[in-house]
Amino acid sequence: MEKQKNSKVVEYNRWGYIFLIPFMLVYTVFQLIPLFTTIYNSFFENYRVGLEQIGPNFIGLENYVTLFSTPDIWKYFGNTMIMWIMGFVPQILLSLLLGAWFTSPSLRLKGQQFFKTVIYLPNLIMASAFAMLFFTLFANEGPINSMLIGWGLMDAAEPYKWLSNTFSARALVAFMNFLMWFGNTTILLMSGMLGIDPSLYEAAEVDGATSNQIFYKITLPLLKPILIYVMITSLIGGLQMFDVPQILTNGTGDPTRNTMTLIMYLNKHLYSKNFGMGGALSVFLFVITAILSIMVFKFTNAGGKEKK
Amino acid sequence: MKGFKKKALAVMMAAAMVVPMVACGGGDDTATTDTTTDTATEETTEAEDTTEEEASESKIPAGAHILNIYAWNEEFKSRLTDHYKGYEELSATEGKIGDTYVKWNITPSDDNAYQNNLDDTLLKQADAADDDKIDMFLVEADYALKYVDTDATMSMKDLGITDEDLADQYTYTQKIVTDSNGNLKGSSWQACSAGLIYNREAAKEILGSDDPETVQAAVADWDKYAETAKKVAAAGYTMCSVNDTYRVYSNNVSGKWVQDDKIVIDKNMEKWIDDSKALVDAKAEDTDDLWGDDWAKGKRPDGKVFCYFGPAWFFNFCLDVDDSETIAANGGWGFCEGPQSYYWGGTWICAATGTDDADLVKDIILTMTTDKDVLKEIATADSDCVNSKSVLADLASSDEGNIALLGGQNPYKQLAAGAEKIDLSNLSKYDQGCNEELQAAMKAYFEGNSTKEDAIKAFQTAVIEKYPNLKAE
Repeated sequence: MEKQKNSKVVEYNRWGYIFLIPFMLVYTVFQLIPLFTTIYNSFFENYRVGLEQIGPNFIGLENYVTLFSTPDIWKYFGNTMIMWIMGFVPQILLSLLLGAWFTSPSLRLKGQQFFKTVIYLPNLIMASAFAMLFFTLFANEGPINSMLIGWGLMDAAEPYKWLSNTFSARALVAFMNFLMWFGNTTILLMSGMLGIDPSLYEAAEVDGATSNQIFYKITLPLLKPILIYVMITSLIGGLQMFDVPQILTNGTGDPTRNTMTLIMYLNKHLYSKNFGMGGALSVFLFVITAILSIMVFKFTNAGGKEKK
Repeated sequence: MKGFKKKALAVMMAAAMVVPMVACGGGDDTATTDTTTDTATEETTEAEDTTEEEASESKIPAGAHILNIYAWNEEFKSRLTDHYKGYEELSATEGKIGDTYVKWNITPSDDNAYQNNLDDTLLKQADAADDDKIDMFLVEADYALKYVDTDATMSMKDLGITDEDLADQYTYTQKIVTDSNGNLKGSSWQACSAGLIYNREAAKEILGSDDPETVQAAVADWDKYAETAKKVAAAGYTMCSVNDTYRVYSNNVSGKWVQDDKIVIDKNMEKWIDDSKALVDAKAEDTDDLWGDDWAKGKRPDGKVFCYFGPAWFFNFCLDVDDSETIAANGGWGFCEGPQSYYWGGTWICAATGTDDADLVKDIILTMTTDKDVLKEIATADSDCVNSKSVLADLASSDEGNIALLGGQNPYKQLAAGAEKIDLSNLSKYDQGCNEELQAAMKAYFEGNSTKEDAIKAFQTAVIEKYPNLKAE
C-alpha cells in the first residue's frame, strides 16, 4: 500500500520535470551555451579589418591585458554605475512612497487603477523612441531651451547645451531610466506590501503607532525580500544600460565618453567584428555583475540571518 | 546558508532571463522601425503601380538567370529604371533585362548595415551558387578602397572597358576607385565636386554684394575665410558648422590617415582643428552635427546662417526647396567654389569578382557612366552633376544649367572647374572610420569640454576600436 502511493507521487512529479524541459532547453541554447562560447572566444584574436579576416588565433589572456591596459574600462564602469545610481535612488524612494500611499489602508486613495496605469505607461514606450524624444526636446534649439529662453531663465545667445555637458547628459540618461522604470518598481513593491498581513497594521494602529513608525518598523522589514529582488534586477539592468544613452548620444557616449556605458563600449567592438575583445569585455561584465549581486544580497540580508 | 544559495540562484536566474530580454527588446524595436520607415518611403517613392502583394511575391521564375545588385538606397535602381533601355521593372526589388532577371538587394547604410551585409556575402562569394553570387555592388567614396583594394572587385580592364571609354570622366572619380597597383576597379556617373553655398541676403548685408565673384574673393583661402567669418559673426550671423568645413580640409591632406599601421594626423587636419577652434571661440562657427535640427535651421532666413558647403545634389535634396518659407524657395542661395576644392558623396559601381554576368555588368557600367546621351538625360531629368567633362561644359554654357533656388545662377562652370582641381592621391581604406571619429572627438574640444590632447587621444582610442590592427602614433 505504502509503496504504491510512493510510486504514484514519483509518477506525478515526473510531469514537473517534463514541464521544465522547454525552459531548460531555451535556457541552455540561448543562455548557457552563449555564456561558455563567450568565455572561449575571449582567448582568441579574431576580428575583421575591411574585408580581411584576422584570426581566430589563440592568444591566451592578451585580450584581457589590452582591456585593462588603459583606464578606459574603469571609466565606462564608473559612468554606468553613476548613471544607474542617479536614476535608481530617486526611483526607489518615489516607488516606496507611492507604494506606501497606494497600499495604505488608512488613506484609501481613489482612482488607484488609473494612477497605476499612468505611472506604468512610460515603460510601454520603447527606450529608443523615448531617447529620440528627449534628444529632440533637449536639442540646443529645442523646445525646452525655447521655453527657458521665453521665461527669461536663459540667455538666447547662449543656449545651454544639455548633451554637451557631462552632468546634464548623465542626468538626462538617469532621468529617462527613472521615468521608465519607477512604475515597474512601484508595482513590484506594492505587490510586496499587499502581501503583508493587514492585521499587523491594525495592531500597530491600535497600539498608537504613527504612520512613520508603521512604515519603518513594519512595512520595510517585511518588504525586504522584494526589495532585494528589485535592487538586484535593477542593478543588473543598470550594468547593462545601453539603449537610452546609445540613442541619446548617437552611440558616441559624448561628452568625451562620459556617458559611455560598458555595453555601449561592447557595441563599439561590433564594427570590426572583434569577437575576442568583445568576449573579454563580456566576461568582465559577467564577473562584475556576479560580485555586485552577491554583495547586495549579503549586505541586505545581513540583519535577517540572526533571527533564524 | 543553503537557503541563501538557493534564493540567490533563483534571483540571478530570473534576472538573467528578464534583463537581456528587456535590453534586446529595445534594440530590436529600433531595427523594426527603421525598416518599416524605409519600406514606407520606398513604397511612396516607388508608388507607381507596385502593390505590397507584388513586392512580397517573387516574379522570378525558378531556374532563371539572375543578376544580383547590392545597394544601400533606391538611387541607382531608379537611374537604371529610367535611363537604361531594356530594363523592365517587375516589382520593387526585381527587374528584367532581356532574359536575365535582376534582383536588388537593398540594405540601408545606417549603423554600417549595408557594409556588414555586403562583407558577409562577399566573403562567401567563392562558394556561392552562380545565381547567388553578387554581380555588381555600389560603394561610396569614404569606404571605396576597402573593396577596391582587394580581390573582391574586378578591374575595368578585365571587364573589357578601356581607358578611351572612360576618357571623358573626371580623374578624381577614377582615383577613388583605383587600387594600390594602379588598376581601375569602378566607375561613377556622378561628379560630386562641391563648393560654398551662401545666403545671398547675408552676403549683401555683410559683403555689400551677392555676386559669386565678390563672395569667392572673400573666402578665397582659409585666412580670408576666417576674416569673413568674423565679419559674419559681428553682423549676428553664424558662418556654418565646423562639420561643414571638415570635408574641404580632409580632401586636401598631404598624407594618408594610416601609414605603416600608425594613425597619422595630417597638417591640414591639424589646421582644421585649430582654425575651427578659433572660429568657434569667436562665435563665428558652431558645432552642430550635420543633418540635425540645429544644423538645419539655417535653411530658413531666421536661422541666420551665412553658408553651407555642398555639391550639386545638396541643392535639391538638402535645402528644403518645397517649403515656401525657406531661403531656397525664394531663390536666395548663391554658389561659389570656396577656399579649397573638394568633393562630397557620389556612388561608384563595382563589378564583383566571380560574377557570371560580366558582359551585362560591362554594358550597364558603360551605358550608365560613359554614354553621353544617357548622362545628359540624367543631368537634366534628375539634376545630378554627371561625370562627363563634355556634358558639364554643355550645361555651363546653356540656360539648362540655371538653377532657380540659386536665384537663376548657373553653377556648372564652378562645379566643372572644381572637379578638375580635386586631388585624391591620399585616400586610404580607413578614411570612413577616421573621418567620423575625428569629427566626433573634436566636438568636445571645440565646446571647451576637453583639451586638444585629450580629444586627440579619444580620437585614437575610437579609431583603434574600429580597426584593432592599428596603433596610435
